[in-house]
Amino acid sequence: MSKHVGKGHIFLHRLKFGISAFIVLELIIFVVVLLSGKNFAVLNPKGFIASAQSNVILLSAAILFTIAIPTLVILYFVAWKYRETNTHAEYDPQENHGKMFDFGIWAIPSFFMLLMAFVMIPATHRLDPRQQISSYNKPLTIQVIAMRWKWVFLYPDQNIATVNFVQIPTDTPVEFELSADESPMSSFWIPNLGGQLYAMTGHVNTLHLLADKPGDYAGSTAELTGAGFSGMKFVARASSQDNFDSWVNEAKNSPSALTSEEYAHLLKPSEHNAATLYAKTDPELFSTMLAKYAGSHDHGMHE
Amino acid sequence: MVKEHVLSHKELHEEAADDRVMFGFWIYLMTDLLIFSVLFATYSVLHTRTLGGAPGSALFSRPLALTETLILLTSSFTCGIGMIMARQRKQAQTLVWFGLTFILGLAFLSLELREFSAFIHEGHTLQTNAFLSSFFVLVGTHGLHITSGLLWMGITLGYIVKRGLNAPLVRKLAMLSLFWHFLDIVWIFIFTIVYMGAYT
Amino acid sequence: MKEFFLGRLNMHALPHEWFSVGGTAGFMGLFILAAIILTRTKRWKWLWNDWLTSVDPKKIGIMYFIVGAFMLVRGGVDAIMIWLQQALSSGSSHGYLTADHFQQIFTAHGNIMVFFVAMAFIFGLINYIVPLQIGARDLASPFMNTLGFWLYIGGVVMVNMFFAFGGEYAATGWLAASPLSSIQFSPGVGVDYWIWSLQISGIGTTLGAINFIMTILKMRAPGMSLWKMPLFTWGSLCSMIMAVIVFPLLTATLFLMFFDRSFGTHFFTTTGGGDPMMYTNLIWMWGHPEVYILMLPAFGVFSEVVTTFSRKSIASYTSNVLGMIGVTLFALSVWLHHFFTMGASADVNAFFGVMTLFIAIPTSVLVFTWIATMRKGRIRYDTPMLWFLGFIATFTIGGIAGLILAVPPADFQLHNSLFLVAHFHSMVIGGVLFGIFAGLNFWFPKFTGFRLNDKIGRYSFYCWITGFCLSFIPMYILGLMGATRRLDHYDGATGWQPLYISMFIGGLVIATGVALQFAQILASYLQKYRLRDETGDPWDGRTLEWAVASRPPYYNFTVIPEVTTRDAFMAMKSAGTVKTVYEDIIIPKNTAAGIYIAIFAFFAGFGFVWHIMWLAFVSIIGAIVVFIIRGFHDDSEYTLTAAEVEKLEKARIAKAKLAVPGKYDHTDEDMGLQQLIGISYTFLIDIVKNKRWRTW
Repeated sequence: MSKHVGKGHIFLHRLKFGISAFIVLELIIFVVVLLSGKNFAVLNPKGFIASAQSNVILLSAAILFTIAIPTLVILYFVAWKYRETNTHAEYDPQENHGKMFDFGIWAIPSFFMLLMAFVMIPATHRLDPRQQISSYNKPLTIQVIAMRWKWVFLYPDQNIATVNFVQIPTDTPVEFELSADESPMSSFWIPNLGGQLYAMTGHVNTLHLLADKPGDYAGSTAELTGAGFSGMKFVARASSQDNFDSWVNEAKNSPSALTSEEYAHLLKPSEHNAATLYAKTDPELFSTMLAKYAGSHDHGMHE
Repeated sequence: MVKEHVLSHKELHEEAADDRVMFGFWIYLMTDLLIFSVLFATYSVLHTRTLGGAPGSALFSRPLALTETLILLTSSFTCGIGMIMARQRKQAQTLVWFGLTFILGLAFLSLELREFSAFIHEGHTLQTNAFLSSFFVLVGTHGLHITSGLLWMGITLGYIVKRGLNAPLVRKLAMLSLFWHFLDIVWIFIFTIVYMGAYT
Repeated sequence: MKEFFLGRLNMHALPHEWFSVGGTAGFMGLFILAAIILTRTKRWKWLWNDWLTSVDPKKIGIMYFIVGAFMLVRGGVDAIMIWLQQALSSGSSHGYLTADHFQQIFTAHGNIMVFFVAMAFIFGLINYIVPLQIGARDLASPFMNTLGFWLYIGGVVMVNMFFAFGGEYAATGWLAASPLSSIQFSPGVGVDYWIWSLQISGIGTTLGAINFIMTILKMRAPGMSLWKMPLFTWGSLCSMIMAVIVFPLLTATLFLMFFDRSFGTHFFTTTGGGDPMMYTNLIWMWGHPEVYILMLPAFGVFSEVVTTFSRKSIASYTSNVLGMIGVTLFALSVWLHHFFTMGASADVNAFFGVMTLFIAIPTSVLVFTWIATMRKGRIRYDTPMLWFLGFIATFTIGGIAGLILAVPPADFQLHNSLFLVAHFHSMVIGGVLFGIFAGLNFWFPKFTGFRLNDKIGRYSFYCWITGFCLSFIPMYILGLMGATRRLDHYDGATGWQPLYISMFIGGLVIATGVALQFAQILASYLQKYRLRDETGDPWDGRTLEWAVASRPPYYNFTVIPEVTTRDAFMAMKSAGTVKTVYEDIIIPKNTAAGIYIAIFAFFAGFGFVWHIMWLAFVSIIGAIVVFIIRGFHDDSEYTLTAAEVEKLEKARIAKAKLAVPGKYDHTDEDMGLQQLIGISYTFLIDIVKNKRWRTW
């Protein structure tokens, strides 16, 4: 066994070197990222839902680190202390761990997971995407149709429509009714405003979001949809109510209208579509579109 | 002395192997049951989605389904008696009872095929709607199992005639009869869920 | 007429793009090279008789390793290609791949790494080690084992077949999400290749799993009750039970998808009443447990490694085993956490979220038993232990990420982002793959008769862990920045490019780690006398696999050991009851039936991919005929008499004594990288200068 003596030292030496190398490398990465002042969208909420979700993420992380970091520290300390070369350390090959040990190793993680469950269950209900957001302002309804490979937004109350662009007033709850037409499952996601939900043919999934601060926020499909996937992006612009109203007026005066011919044209697969405004839309468009899939999905999970 | 030892060693070995094979076959049957459970699940999700086409209650014939059920149940019975005969190493009776089982299985299969071809002639095909897709695949998979059971039975009976009823062949018959009873149970579920379920 | 014979296959399907021509040429080149070597060295017969038709689980295990290592390189090339595209494709640059091609690559990467690398290594380890650990001479059904292996090979060939025919693989993600994978959105043959490569290898997995359950439950050495079973065997048993439960679901689901795509049924289509959400449910009912099928044997490996190198028995065997059983049970009831975002009610989401949290409890218990085992131990840091320490860090980080993802409101923000991708790579690389590497380093002397080079092994570990951090820490960050997974292009304004470049560099570092692993094997081979394992017990092992010689004879044990305690071999060593007597042994004969059935299965799949129905049906009938012939073939075993066993054992011992040091064995140290490079260089120069190929 003599050949093994000394390996512990070499190992520790290298481990130290290795660990310091990682730390340095990762510090560099972090610094580069932080200095570039980029958008940590998920942890940089601009909306009511996104803030709540970001808090849930941070709280969960805090609970989990509370158990994980001591575990890791103890593990690596034990690994270091009971190394072969440390002959001063106790060695007990037949060590008998009592019942308390068994109880402890089951109880500790159980406690933390129950704690997590206590955070999770109410948060899941509170942040259920179909849960309406209470506000003094009247909610705005926007119907969203995912197509290959673009997002079509219908404003039923304003009677306008857009492609790959959506404008909303701040501090107003927005009810997105998500569906899809001749498209694979897409996932509607605006990280700065809040979490995603799938848009599927024959289904309407409702997602409630609310923007706190004005700004342009990136939105996309988080779910793979085929060749045009990475270009299936849109800008979500949150602005003041006045600004929003004048934008609606501008759209109403737009020369083009979303007729059934134009809709059929949009349905054809196309990539990297530019943002477009449409003045008038057929008010029945959304329900006609859904009716195409009638009978297909009478057992929807949303029911 | 030495030879005797070898024999007992070998016998012990074979007995253990027998035990293992039967155990393995039980596990296999469980995996097959899981395949059927997926098909039952898809049927239960999709059976209402006829897209305006004829529902099960308009398509299925209860007398036919009942006849099929009775035939299959009888075949399980004859198969069971055949197995008792096989364990007593009564070759002729074994052949007769399993032969009966084979004929009943064939009858069941021909009824099922007639039902299928009638549907297809009336334009109710695999592609018509989700209900019919799930119906054909569920019942058809069972039919495919019956077919392979018949194939297995036919070949085993052939070998019994050729080699005589020896221990390995009895083992194969034992597995076969397990398989056959299993298919019977699956059919009871099909009968209840698909054929009777269509009228509720 | 042409359609009848060739289906959808035509001239256009032959390779004509750079990657399909390159891939086909590469594979053909390798086969031709192998064929030349085999012919020159007159090894065809040896290959066929000693390896391909072998029913010895040890040889099948080794073949799993070889193919798995090859596929690791294949899937690794995919990974590098993915990262290169993402590092380049920012702003006005669109990289070097089309979106569709990029999507095919990550789909193939996922399939290959999970099915044909991780599964291969796990099955290889189980094949080799489990019979030895439980004191068995063979598996319950040696034939089913070779059939399972060859069906796996059928899947391997199928997943690479698109290079030569069709030039496209599925572009749908590794689970072929429906309805993207429906004929409506994916009309090409790519998804069909996906279906059949998984279907064929998946049936092999089911057969293998049934076989191992039979073996473990019915063939343990006398005295070895379930509660005395080694922990790796426990992990394997849990894993195989789970496989038997979920792989049939995959088989059924794939058949339904095949029907949808080839016969126009409406199971998962968006039209005709089909339900894509049903596919999502079914595929994840299998897909989630699949990860634990890989993970549980890896847990078992770590338990063996930690106890052996800490020179202590496991702290609380009961908790460790219950932990693995707990993981098995919970793993079957968490699948819905893969699609909280599909719109289920809050109650449903919360239920599956809580189940997912609960799976962390038994997992943590395992970690705690390992810590307590190390405490008051005398820990020796050979390479396997290093992989264990690396595993703990990556697995913990990945676990935390996973538990955050288990919280539905958090998942809404992180699902389908790179955060998720970083999470599961932490689990599959840090957990499964590191476990496999620990196991390979640990049991290598058993496989070959000599230990692995320790020095180069360490270098490889450092490369892996550094590369891992460089790749996956930025990936977590990108996820938090809102980067979705699977992007072939992103805006320059996002500022993501430096992080993507870091991922690419990390990929190169990991690739270096893989190269070093091959170098490690080569260096060990060159010093195999120095590293040889004469006793069969190089690490002072605790379980029965160390009681036999390294490499073990094909009948494993001359005498089946009697087991009285856990850590059976440790107890025998201290009691001094390792006996040498000889008895008659019944040995299964080799068979090629598995190969024939797998070839037929492959052609059936190929026929279905290209709608060549006659080929498919003829192949299915062929497979059935071979199966029947084999099934009614009674003469599949022979007896080795006690006298023959004695002769074989004596010959083996005599041969071991004849071993002489090789050219590089006269040193006190394991060969370093520098020396290895020097040797390889001299070797190559020698070949070129003296035109050595003339004498081959």
